[in-house]
Amino acid sequence: MLAFLLRRLLLAVLVTLTVLTVSFALTRLSGDLAIAIAGPQATQLDIEIIRKAYGLDRPVIVQFFDWVWSAARGDLGRSYLYHEPVANLIRARLPVTMTLGLTGLLIALSTAIPIGIFAAMREGTVIDRAVMMVAVIGQAMPSFWLGLVLIITFGLQLGWLPISGVDSWDGYVLPGIVLAFSAIPALMRLTRSGMVDALASDYIRTARAKGLSRWSIVMKHALRNAAMPVVAVAAVQLGFMLSGSIVIESVFALHGVGYLGWESISKNDFPVVQAVVLFLAVIYILLTLLSDLLNAFLDPRLRTT
Amino acid sequence: MSIRKIAASIGAVIVLGVLLMAIFAPLLVPHDPFAQDLNLRLVPPSFMEGGRSDHFLGTDQLGRDYFSRLIYGSRISMLIGLATVITSGLIGVTLGMLGGFIGGRVDMVVMFIITCRLSIPLILVALAVVSLIGSSLTVVVMTLGLLLWERFAVVTRTTVMQVRTLDYVAAAWAAGCSRTHILLREVLPNIVHHLVVVATLEMAIAILLEAALSFLGLGVPPPLPSWGLMISEAKDYMFFSPWVIMVPGVSLFVLVLGINFLGDGLRDMLGATRDA
Repeated sequence: MLAFLLRRLLLAVLVTLTVLTVSFALTRLSGDLAIAIAGPQATQLDIEIIRKAYGLDRPVIVQFFDWVWSAARGDLGRSYLYHEPVANLIRARLPVTMTLGLTGLLIALSTAIPIGIFAAMREGTVIDRAVMMVAVIGQAMPSFWLGLVLIITFGLQLGWLPISGVDSWDGYVLPGIVLAFSAIPALMRLTRSGMVDALASDYIRTARAKGLSRWSIVMKHALRNAAMPVVAVAAVQLGFMLSGSIVIESVFALHGVGYLGWESISKNDFPVVQAVVLFLAVIYILLTLLSDLLNAFLDPRLRTT
Repeated sequence: MSIRKIAASIGAVIVLGVLLMAIFAPLLVPHDPFAQDLNLRLVPPSFMEGGRSDHFLGTDQLGRDYFSRLIYGSRISMLIGLATVITSGLIGVTLGMLGGFIGGRVDMVVMFIITCRLSIPLILVALAVVSLIGSSLTVVVMTLGLLLWERFAVVTRTTVMQVRTLDYVAAAWAAGCSRTHILLREVLPNIVHHLVVVATLEMAIAILLEAALSFLGLGVPPPLPSWGLMISEAKDYMFFSPWVIMVPGVSLFVLVLGINFLGDGLRDMLGATRDA
């Protein structure tokens, strides 16, 4: 177990270092950063001043190690736009994105697990296939468009929920639903296949032979075994949801981390862009690490691979 | 016929229909999709109240014929879908074959590259790349192609690992065939049905991503009639004229659904897996 843990941690560190490099290289794609920051009306003198002020006159390799060294100590640089440490900007916007992500995950799990169980109990029937087809239909909807349609329907025509912003809790309902849509099909398929396997196993036959009720067999015996991989995958799905929330945050005008990333991209605020990319990647890396450790803890066979 | 077969047939019809629409767009459009008419802004579709018979799906906020723009938009979606699948397929299949066939250290490196790619926030990085290089159709295609290869790589790697131990591969080794020959002539033809199914899934994802990037203003540049861009440009008018987002949105939905149905049907027919 210890060897597995160490190997898995080393992998996480190596991936983080790669992402650090990628996020640095990303912002250097445009060629000369100083020209991009200065804007189209800048004179040669302005560009020179900016280049000096932001340390862009140093060799790229020096800039790179400066970024890695600072990031390793938790210093993600300062925003060109807000003149504030990037870490503060992210910290201020994190609650919105986390609340949105967790709301989405909660909606996804509370929809996907019951439907998955329902389909598994009717395995092979028309109902089972129809339920799985609904998952395909849900997956085909562009998330931003679904968001706009929900805004028109529930926000404007029915007036049930706010159409943008999160002044109160109900502002998270519509964006949460849209975010959940992306995760539901995977979680549903996993619940279904886990339940199908579990229901066919020997311990379920024993439970049946003991004369336990159908409810007790499904809920207590089968689900407990089928739910474990679902929980592990849910962690990874949360990572995808947090990094995908950028589209939904912009549709619903939620000022979270994704919105910050989008805003900084459109305003050439490079330190923020590279910090947000790094931040979302690290969250994903941590969640997959958690998921792998959880899996290894639950299923000892995985520890050796 | 089972539900799945019906769905697969519907999917095939939709995909073929949109493909024909994209190819023959110039012959199909009733109006110039770029021609503005500021006297005829936001005309509703002809079947709604206030619609005009010469504008079947109405006009947009600049008075451009919505039906014509929709038809030209299918070209962008199909182009993005196909070009991305080709680019990402080349990258993913190459990596997957290297890892799955050679194994050992090479496989460790391939797995590491896949893990890194999965950690990178897709939409954010795509937005940043398009913003920094400048938005154009080519840049969007290249960006998506360079980012969406991981499913190809994972599926290729897994299936190559299964195939490489089979008898006909051993026979090819014994016959003295080169590694390249075995990979391209013996292994690849026997995993290609898995790759076709992955390709449909990737195509659907690429089309949705292009729409999302264009919606956020960093995809295909205006005045090109990308369906995502049409939704983005029209969203300020959606409260009074909801059809302006319904027309391109439903089109995107139907196309992606068609591709997914087709992919599911192919998976059943070819006995392939599309889950990584």
